Amino acid sequence: MRALPVGDGALLVEVASGDEAQALHAELLRRRAEGSLSVREIVPAARTVLLDGLADPARLASELTASAVPPAPPRAVDVIELPVRYDGPDLADVAAHWGVPEEEVARVHAATEFRVAFCGFAPGFGYLTGLPSRYDVPRRATPRTAVPAGSVGLAGPYTGVYPRSSPGGWQLIGTTDAVLWDHARVPAALLSPGTRVRFVPSGPTGPAGAA
Amino acid sequence: MTDRALSVVRAGALTTVQDQGRPGHAHLGVPRSGALDGPAAALANRLVGNGPDAAVLETTLNGCALRPRSTVTVAVTGAPCAVAVDGRPVAWGAPVRVPAGALLEVGPAVTGVRGYVAVSGGVAVEPVLGSRSTDLLSGLGPPPLTDGTVLPLGSPEALHARVGLAPQPAPPAELVLRVTPGPRHDWFTPQAARTFTSCVYRVSSASNRIGLRTEGPALDRALPGELPSEGMVLGAVQVPPDGRPVVFLADHPTTGGYPVIAVVRAADLPAAAQAVPGTPVRFVAVRRR
Repeated sequence: MRALPVGDGALLVEVASGDEAQALHAELLRRRAEGSLSVREIVPAARTVLLDGLADPARLASELTASAVPPAPPRAVDVIELPVRYDGPDLADVAAHWGVPEEEVARVHAATEFRVAFCGFAPGFGYLTGLPSRYDVPRRATPRTAVPAGSVGLAGPYTGVYPRSSPGGWQLIGTTDAVLWDHARVPAALLSPGTRVRFVPSGPTGPAGAA
Repeated sequence: MTDRALSVVRAGALTTVQDQGRPGHAHLGVPRSGALDGPAAALANRLVGNGPDAAVLETTLNGCALRPRSTVTVAVTGAPCAVAVDGRPVAWGAPVRVPAGALLEVGPAVTGVRGYVAVSGGVAVEPVLGSRSTDLLSGLGPPPLTDGTVLPLGSPEALHARVGLAPQPAPPAELVLRVTPGPRHDWFTPQAARTFTSCVYRVSSASNRIGLRTEGPALDRALPGELPSEGMVLGAVQVPPDGRPVVFLADHPTTGGYPVIAVVRAADLPAAAQAVPGTPVRFVAVRRR
């Protein structure tokens, strides 16, 4: 573990793996909840956790690097289920990358338990991990200028759902009607770091509009 | 509608509602947002007797024109400009009474970029996650003003002391940004590190509320490849593939994959918000506090 100073009031704690980052994130949330850590933002990411708004980053840095990351805590019980139609325009490309038929992409994806590793890109956009690394796919060579809200996409090791229409380069395999972000709802974000997620097929597999 | 409202007669190039932003939601991908020149916005609120949380209008380069439906006190701060009520010049940087139905004209910035218009009672649009700020990256908060927009106003508070006049820093002729190195300075060549703190950059016209973009010598990377996405802070100096440093401002993305060579001191960012395109920029390395 390395704790890199960021400006005068933040620390970027870097660990060896995504699993360690999730464990560290859980531990830091626990410390904040019990009152032993005062910090404005705790932002987990792929291999790091950013702590912003610290009074004494140097002291926390030495504290953190002196202690090992504890094992990941027992998983929370709730699983968010997202209904999905595997009808994305890139389903065939993903199937080709995986070397399987399209139905198998849907079967593998729907059989996987995902976890929100971190959020970013847009409010409510979660980077979901859970697929084995052999299913990693590259981003599209040319990003789309408009990806519809509710699109379920793959990029690298991640699955994500677009909370609203935006440009994007992920490979789109399906669509969900779930509302990922609603600022009038509490909580506004359906997915937050650590949330467990399952995709539940709600229609036939295949590109939208195909007979 | 109640007469506690403000009609937008001329929205200007880009006028948004801003307050102190919505920090604390970065883990959900929500930028902090808020007034880019925080001290100027805070001063405008003090001048009209508002509390520090009241929302103000942030104008960009060419001001705006507003017509209140009831008599209000306003103050214009930030980038210096002409201010008029029904065509008669009034003071900039001081409380001004605008009668119900009168036209408040906030002129183009003489120097600087962003003006702040505080109205007694504050702009009372519905808050989103505790803030009324317009976030141009993710579209949270009210959209930028358009001609004809009607904004609700809050009730003036009698609790907050008013000040009559206050000194304001002039927009910078040269922008000096103090930086502490890292967290990813080791992704750059030693030559790039020297270039960064010794060469003069210029503010690019592509700058916005998300970032202050610069033009100048490209910073070469020592490490190839991509950085896994990591959390970003206000003032982070991110270096995209073109090698030109970008200083993250209030609407910056909460995570990013380009390496951050240094972080600008928060106290220097209000001046960055007022630096017009072409302004020389120097990054000066300082010791971490």
